[in-house]
Amino acid sequence: MANKIFTWLDERLGLQTIYNTTLDRKIPKVNWFFTLGSASGFLFIMQGVTGIFLTMYYVPTPDHAYDSIQYIMNEVAFGWLIRGIHHWGASLMVLIVFCHMLRTFYFAAYKYPRELTWMTGVVLFLVTLGMGFTGYLLPWNQRAYWATTVGTEIAGTVPFVGDFLNNVLRGGSDLSALTLSRFFSAHIWFLPAVLGAIIGVHIYMVIRLGIAGIPDKED
Amino acid sequence: MTKTPNISRNDFVKGVVGLLGGVMGALVGVPAIGYILAPALRKSSAEAWIPLGPLTNYPVGAPVLFNFTRSKVNGWEKSTNSYGVFVFRKNESETVVLSNVCTHLSCRVNWNEVAQEYICPCHDAKFNSDGQVVSGPPPRPLEVYESKLEDGNLFIHFVKG
Repeated sequence: MANKIFTWLDERLGLQTIYNTTLDRKIPKVNWFFTLGSASGFLFIMQGVTGIFLTMYYVPTPDHAYDSIQYIMNEVAFGWLIRGIHHWGASLMVLIVFCHMLRTFYFAAYKYPRELTWMTGVVLFLVTLGMGFTGYLLPWNQRAYWATTVGTEIAGTVPFVGDFLNNVLRGGSDLSALTLSRFFSAHIWFLPAVLGAIIGVHIYMVIRLGIAGIPDKED
Repeated sequence: MTKTPNISRNDFVKGVVGLLGGVMGALVGVPAIGYILAPALRKSSAEAWIPLGPLTNYPVGAPVLFNFTRSKVNGWEKSTNSYGVFVFRKNESETVVLSNVCTHLSCRVNWNEVAQEYICPCHDAKFNSDGQVVSGPPPRPLEVYESKLEDGNLFIHFVKG
């Protein structure tokens, strides 16, 4: 019965073909360093899921942001767990994505024909840092507030357009309710949309071009 | 191979995968569902005995309105609601405390001295001094608060907001 249903679906969806091209594709001999990309992808999904759960209680306004997180941590069942995973997963994601980039660099896997994969990967890394930067403000505690003050101030040191950049980031000259809501918006809509789209392109190219093996002495 | 209740390697792996999958699914699923349901499962009890002051403050024979506020915390927000009750001393020993919320659509009723009735301004409902419906649309009498006397002070039992 299950077989029949699968065959019916497969005939229409091409599930077996999808499986063969994505999971059963030929790859050169690799080692554990080659799992970092999948790990990054998994972390992206995990951050996405826990983040969606957090929006159920989190409120991005100066008068409620901090209290809503206290509520998540102390009152909601498993709130501490969901937020804990999101909090630690964020640091881990930056770390793993960075290691993934180092591996690609040291194994020279960015060379022809994979330059575009590398370039999208660089964007993905930068957007991941952007996720970390915008997410850091959301708890709206002292550390968040001052870290963002300093972070946006750094953008302000850019020659000529610094002040403008600073104002764009903060939504005005001060760190305010506007800063919090635009960081929140960037954190849950703009940046994840960019990340998701570019991850799609990135993975498409990984599958289309195949992955580079471990370079030997000849390379 | 000795004779034991045989289980094939394939079945064993299937069983273990199923079991581990179930455990992992529960580890992820239970917190996720609990997280979503948490506020719905919380029992908030607003129950309290509200002091209305010395009984001697209230004259015998005429209902007197007493207002009080109760605050409630929902998640990260604290809200304060005000309530009104009519304290009616029928005689020296008997006291009735009625809610001023009309049982029709929750407007606040007023005591009318001339008519000796509670009159709701919204749909002209009338209740007698015991809270029984005299005329108008209300489906049931005004709510009666359980009351008690302690050292000459009047208390009412507040159950829900």
